[in-house]
Amino acid sequence: MTQETPLWEVFIRPRNGLSHRHCGSVHAADEVLALQAARDVYTRRGEGLSIWVVRSDQITASDPQTKDETFEPTASKIYRHPTFYEIPDEVGNM
Amino acid sequence: MDERAALFELLLRLGDDCLILGHRVSEWCGHAPILEEDLAMPNMGLDLIGQARSLYAYAGEIEGKGRGEDDLAYLRSDREYRNLLLVERPNGDFAHTMLRQLYFAAFMEPYWREMAKSTDATLAGIAGKAVKEMAYHIRHAGEWVIRMGDGTEESARRMADAVEELTIYTDEMFQTDAVTDTLSAAGIAPDPSTLRAEWERTIDMVFTEAKLTLPKYQYPQIGGRAGLHGEEFGHLLSDLQYMQRTYPGMTW
Repeated sequence: MTQETPLWEVFIRPRNGLSHRHCGSVHAADEVLALQAARDVYTRRGEGLSIWVVRSDQITASDPQTKDETFEPTASKIYRHPTFYEIPDEVGNM
Repeated sequence: MDERAALFELLLRLGDDCLILGHRVSEWCGHAPILEEDLAMPNMGLDLIGQARSLYAYAGEIEGKGRGEDDLAYLRSDREYRNLLLVERPNGDFAHTMLRQLYFAAFMEPYWREMAKSTDATLAGIAGKAVKEMAYHIRHAGEWVIRMGDGTEESARRMADAVEELTIYTDEMFQTDAVTDTLSAAGIAPDPSTLRAEWERTIDMVFTEAKLTLPKYQYPQIGGRAGLHGEEFGHLLSDLQYMQRTYPGMTW
């Protein structure tokens, strides 16, 4: 079953100007049926204007084993957060 | 034929086609071969039942006897239903269900497209919404017919069986009578016989890819428009009407 219908990750863009967001996955035999399945499973309440599907085995993921070296070094660099700076009033909302 | 009587009859035909096929498709809910289709089929069923509601509500208005959509959907006997025999055919396997959906949608999509130009504003409005739903049904069912027809030995055999069994019911979609003639002359509804070429083109496109052939047949199965249904239809109605028959006037 899963050999014939591999897993696909589904990304939905809810509105113009926003980016596609991962919302789940579907099983499907190929990309055309994966798009249809994504439409039927994830856009039933008017959630989407655009759908991307990509085969799950085509995604390269970071290794959970290396999460310390990958992510921890940024924890001490609070000055990278925009809230660190005072924003002049003239700039308005950022 | 009186235009108003013809319009009421047509609304019942279309409403019954949508309700009965919507009900059949809904029977898959919880039983589909994969989770994705367990959502896709009720989606299609709800498209059709939504169309049925609009058509029945308008039919009740045209009839002018105080019957609403629920009365028309739930409180008629089998001989009073006017749906095509095609839409009441039992679901069979997934191949039968998808082929039935393709056959019906490939007819209704151009039908609603023409109906959107109707001189009757209510019908034109219903058509404008329904045409997009039918376009998706063609795509969804068509892609499955292609994959099953040109799939494994078993899926190809099942698809070929479905074609063999269901094609004799398609002729009824294109038949004309006093009702369709009156309404097409008045610019209220399309003449179904004029849509055959487009239906055949759509089916041919799918069948070429699916490696299927549309069989020739001598005796089409008809009778639904006159209220003559198959023996499975009574069982369908007993499911569909059970709540209203058992608890009259019940709402929830």
